[in-house]
Amino acid sequence: MSGTIQVYLLVRQIYLIFKVMGKSVFKLSTISSKVIMGIAGLFLMLFLCVHLAINLLMLLGDEGQMFGKAVYFMTHNPAIKIFEYVLFTGFIIHITIGVLIWLRNYFVRPIKYAVTPRSKTSCFSRYMIHTGIIILIFLILHFTHFFFVKLGWVTGPEGIDTHDFLSMSKLLFTNPVYSSIYIVCFIFLGFHLNHALQSVFQTLGLNHPRYTPFIKVLSALYGIIIAVGFSIIPIYFLFFHTV
Amino acid sequence: MNIKLKIWRQKNSQAKGKFEKYTLDNVSPEMAFLEMMDFLNQKLIEEGKEPVAFEHDCREGICGCCSLYINGQPHGPRERTTTCELRMRFFKDGETITIEPFRSRVFPVIKDLIVDRSAFDKILIAGGFISADTGSAPEANSIPVCKHHSDKAFDMAACIGCGACVAACKNSSAMLFVAAKVTQFTLLPQGRVEAVERVKNMIAKMDELGFGSCSNTYACEAECPKGITVAAIAKLNREFLHAKIVAE
Repeated sequence: MSGTIQVYLLVRQIYLIFKVMGKSVFKLSTISSKVIMGIAGLFLMLFLCVHLAINLLMLLGDEGQMFGKAVYFMTHNPAIKIFEYVLFTGFIIHITIGVLIWLRNYFVRPIKYAVTPRSKTSCFSRYMIHTGIIILIFLILHFTHFFFVKLGWVTGPEGIDTHDFLSMSKLLFTNPVYSSIYIVCFIFLGFHLNHALQSVFQTLGLNHPRYTPFIKVLSALYGIIIAVGFSIIPIYFLFFHTV
Repeated sequence: MNIKLKIWRQKNSQAKGKFEKYTLDNVSPEMAFLEMMDFLNQKLIEEGKEPVAFEHDCREGICGCCSLYINGQPHGPRERTTTCELRMRFFKDGETITIEPFRSRVFPVIKDLIVDRSAFDKILIAGGFISADTGSAPEANSIPVCKHHSDKAFDMAACIGCGACVAACKNSSAMLFVAAKVTQFTLLPQGRVEAVERVKNMIAKMDELGFGSCSNTYACEAECPKGITVAAIAKLNREFLHAKIVAE
């Protein structure tokens, strides 16, 4: 029952966000919508760092004691509960504006060029919507495996305490198919982030001959750290961990 | 040299266009690209066929009239070169050259390779000017201008409004053009006075006309024949955010 209420609250929140965003988002200028999407993305990038730090605690080899403490803090602290809603709003804003921008841009050139464009461009920037969609599919998968199992909407593996994130992670990651999908998705997320960080600086007008090259390197590094950092965990459970 | 041409032919803005193939022999490598087009048209006229319509005026890279999307690049394969400055020696003997008009909903095809770029004029009318009294020129030293800013403004003023940025951008965004114009005026004291209104009006007009948004792909910078950099777009974003948030 509590599951139903939570899903109802979730749907209601999405509805409220759209109600607030709905009219105004179409009135936004192209720059404003990009700025809002960028700031929401920047916020999600900060969240990813926290998420990665907590996930890596699984590898400490203390039978998940530190990880357990971190999870307990994240699930029981009231401030984090509020943060969850902010985070969710961040996702909705980032995805909705991203899709709207893509739709607007898609229809600006009704007749495409016959010759594939040969202009030198930053490669990952051309595929933000594609990598974004892959990440969205992954998010849905992620929600199905953690959030929905917790709610009882999706049946978890038999005899598992759905609140025990470590056991659930171990079970999921020892499945080669799940781990492969997980790693591939994070590689695409790495590509997405590679462009995202440097792009948000440009959108906010922060371009400087001295600092921009450094920001570009930092952006690439951030993408690599997130992709590699998250991928280490399934690789560890698949190949190096004995139950 | 002998070349093969694949050129977009379209009778008028309503007609459905298609590619037509031509072969052209005895093309001199010293010929300018537009001379080659003249050569082709002469041949077509002699054969009693309709010549290919393309836009041109100064033929020295300053008017911004020549457009043409040549082999997948606006203004062809040479960096910082307009179509009119392009020479046939940059192509191989026997090569097939595909020529298309600039593609964008905002730049509709008028005929063959000519597109209507008056959308740029509409953006300029919205704010690409300074308001100053006419009459005799004022004393040059009465308004001090920083040398660095003056040089930068001059770099931005190099924009000839050819539309290569729109043609190259995957979103047909006019951000580089607007950025060059906004930066050019904003850097100078005479333009600073109306900076807030200018940037808001020009962006509003750009959006209203239906140009796409910037994805920071930087194809515009790669294809700009006048070397306007994307740092100008960052400056435009800064000016716009300042106008929207701080100045109000």
